[in-house]
Formats: sequence, C-alpha cells, structure tokens
Amino acid sequence: MDVAIVGIGLHPFGRFPGASGIEMGAFAIRRALADAGVEWRDVQFAFGGSYEVDNPDAVVALLGLTGIPFTDVYNGCATAASALTLAADTLRLGDHDLGIAVGMDKHLPGAFSADPRNYACPSWYGELGYFVTTKFFGMKINKYMHDHGISRSTLAKVAAKGYRNGALNPNAFRRKPLSEEEILASPMLNYPLTQYMFCSPDEGAAAAVLCRAEHAHRYTDTPIYLRAATVRTRRLGAFEVHSPWLPIEETAGPTVDASRAAYEMAGIGPEDVEIVQLQDTDAGAEVIHLAENGFCADGEQEKLVADRAFEVDGRLPVNTDGGLIANGEPIGASGLRQVHEIVLQLRGQARERQVPGNPKVGYTQLYGAPGTAGVSILSV
Amino acid sequence: MARVPVAEGVFTWPSDEPQLIGSRCNQCGIVTFPRQDSCPRCASTEMDDQLLPRRGWLWAWTTQEFPPPSPPYTGPTGDAFVPFGVGYVELDGEVKLETRLTEADPEALSIGMEMELVVLPFRSDDDGNEVVTFAFRPVG
Repeated sequence: MDVAIVGIGLHPFGRFPGASGIEMGAFAIRRALADAGVEWRDVQFAFGGSYEVDNPDAVVALLGLTGIPFTDVYNGCATAASALTLAADTLRLGDHDLGIAVGMDKHLPGAFSADPRNYACPSWYGELGYFVTTKFFGMKINKYMHDHGISRSTLAKVAAKGYRNGALNPNAFRRKPLSEEEILASPMLNYPLTQYMFCSPDEGAAAAVLCRAEHAHRYTDTPIYLRAATVRTRRLGAFEVHSPWLPIEETAGPTVDASRAAYEMAGIGPEDVEIVQLQDTDAGAEVIHLAENGFCADGEQEKLVADRAFEVDGRLPVNTDGGLIANGEPIGASGLRQVHEIVLQLRGQARERQVPGNPKVGYTQLYGAPGTAGVSILSV
Repeated sequence: MARVPVAEGVFTWPSDEPQLIGSRCNQCGIVTFPRQDSCPRCASTEMDDQLLPRRGWLWAWTTQEFPPPSPPYTGPTGDAFVPFGVGYVELDGEVKLETRLTEADPEALSIGMEMELVVLPFRSDDDGNEVVTFAFRPVG
C-alpha cells in the first residue's frame, strides 16, 4: 500500500526562551493538521521523536486526550526517520487511515554529551576526551579529503551555501550569509572543520500528517507520496562515531545501506532525484553524504561544488532550506524539517528558494550516533 | 608521586615497554580494543586477552582544539587546556584503535606515517597521583 503526506507543519528552528519542547511540538502538529484540513480528533495514531523530551506523547495534554496509540521513539540524529518510517509502516498494516509523525527538541548550546558507557564505550574513553561527536566528523572528512582530493575551500563553499539558503528561509536559525573567508577564518574546532562549518544544537519541531495514498485527495489537491522510508544501523567495519576501535576490514556506512534499501523500495534511482536534503552536521558531512547516497562518485564533489551544482538553481539542489548548518539541529525534529522542505518544494510553495523546473522527486537523509541512518524518497 | 593508569586493564603497567591489551575471538579471530567479552563479528563469548603491537601507522586523524564537554572529560580545561591530536592507528593486520597523538600540528601529521605507543601524563588525581594514558607519537 502506498502512503501519502497530506499535511506538514513546522515550529521555527532557533532559540525560544520560555517555550517548552512540548509546546513547540503542539505548534508544529497544529500547523500540520491545518495544512491537511483535519482536526486532532481525526488522527488515529502518532509517533513522536525527541532527545530532551522524555515523553513526546505528553503533547496530547495540549491537543486533546483522545486515547490514540502514541509511540515515542529515539534513534539519535535519525530519530525523525524512525518516526516517519514507523508511521508509514503502521498505515501499511491496514488498521488505521490517518496518522502523524512529529519531532520536537530543545537543546542547550554546545556539543552533545552523554555517559560513554551507554554507547558501549568504556568510561576512560570519555575521561580522555574522545567522546566528542565533532571530533569524529573532523576525522572522517579529513580522511575523505586525503583519499579523494577534496579541498578546504570546498568545505567553505558548502557551508556558505547553507547560510545563503538559510537567509531565504524565514524558519531558519542562522539567517545571515557568511563568506567563504569568514567561514575559513572562524576558530578551528576539529581540523579541518572550523566553527562556522558546524551546525549547532538548537530548538524546534516539525510534523507530517500521513494517510493511505488512495485517500489522499480527500485532504489535499497536492499529495506528496512517501515512496520509501528506511532506517539502518552500522555494520562491522563501518567508520562510525564513538568507536574506540575499528576492525581491519572496512565496509560501507549505514547511510549507504539505508540509501540502497530506499532506492530499491521506491523503484527510483539517484538519477531520478531532483532535490535533496542531506545530514550536514558539518560541511564535510554534506560532501561525503553526496557520494554515500549515490549522487556523485567519491571526489567529484570538488568540481561539482565549484560549478555550483548543488545551489537552489543548480543541477541538483541540496539543502535548499539551509540544512542543519542554517537551521541547527533539534535532534527529534531535524528529519521532519527535511521532509517539510521537500514537500514545500514538490508542491511549488518554497517562495524565494523555490527550485525551478517543477521538481517531482525529492530525497532526505539523516545520520548520527552511534551509527544510525535514515532515508526517505518522496514524489508528486 | 605515583604514576597510575587512567584505567586498569587498558595497557600493561607499570612497564618499560607497555602494550595495549585487546581481545582476540577464539572462534573467528577478530581483534578488539579494549578487551571485550563477546565478539562483535560472530557473537562468540570465547575471547582471549591479546597484547597488541607497539607500532603501527596513522589511518585517520584530526585535532581537538576545544576542551571536550566535562563530564565525561576529566582532563585540563580553561586556560590549562592544550589542544591535542586524535587519530586511529592501525596496528598492522590486527586492529585500528582510537588514540591521543603527541602531535597536534596539522602540518606535522599525515595519513600513513609510522607511529609508536607511548605513555603520557594526563592529569593529577585527588590523591596526588599522576594519571597516565596511552598515546601514539610519530616515529623518527
């Protein structure tokens, strides 16, 4: 059975003193319900993702205590992919006709931290200062640049694109364009990644209303079909965050696995995709994820970025809403923000940052600790 | 002042030629670091201790230019913080392990360079001991 997205809603991303994560979640849900032309009482089930809000289902206190099954999920930076995938799968089971996936978060500033033992790492790994996600991203792109001939200038260009697109997005956290020179000159955090090449943890929420595809036109003239939604975890040999050791054998990461599974499920290949949202925790991650999701070969990014291929008016627009770099990352919400942007673009409602040429197929990808990825493919 | 390891069972200590302590799976032969009592490849629970080679080559690296969030980090912070290199060193044919590097200058680090194990001061504990950790330094 096919699944359609008939409503989307977003609470802006940024810093909102006084607003709780749950309140932002309720805001996004109300927006999505209004977009679909339905009421909360019409929603038959929900999946809610968050890191900071331990019970996203508590949002019913603000929306209506209707007694629906409301399942809370958490999979690191891929949390929203889990909520979306499970919502689609629940519709396919056939017992429900209309449901919602929501993500919400409200992080303090600064790098994420946790007890390393909860990631199957020894305590000393954290004591010594290795339990730092940004360090992994620095190491991964540094190796990738060495192996595939990517320059620091390309990293700066990718980050600059994020801020430039963010400036066109009223819901973005960072709305000030930054030059490549400013990005390269900002403080080095983990070589070769500078401060302005990284996204920041922040606050926000996003939601999508899903239904069985055959009912979609009851709710909207512009349904967007969820052709695939997949989540994968790492296999032995993948180079992953929070790994005190790696085996000699090397294998592709979970993004590659989730991507291949999604293409297979959708019957759509990377050559068919016209607009893309990638996990750009840092500018290097966007560069690597372009290849891991099949949009170019390793190393081709250097020329493609220089040729402006991934700009809003480029050959394959990437992170048109500014991505994580401009929006920041409320972990639970981030992937549904990506879906929100793809739906807007496929409907032709993205205003100043609308991709020209009426794109028909969009793609989203999430990646995070401890080696979890999610992909979705959407089409008109 | 006593020199105590950051944790027991990570490297042989005290020793003039310390070695990291990993595990080797009795069934499939994979080597892990640190010790682990089940195999991440074949799920066997028959793991033997394995002393690891003291030399290898740099497989990946970056620098840590800001003090890591504390907790869990227990090293120097604020003005006392000194940026350090971090990388994976491949111990030929056995395992790649994440380690502090004695070098934090990007100009002095390159993938493929030969590295060797050293034991370095990390911090002082509340009893006045010097807490030491393993690290790798470029050879030559």
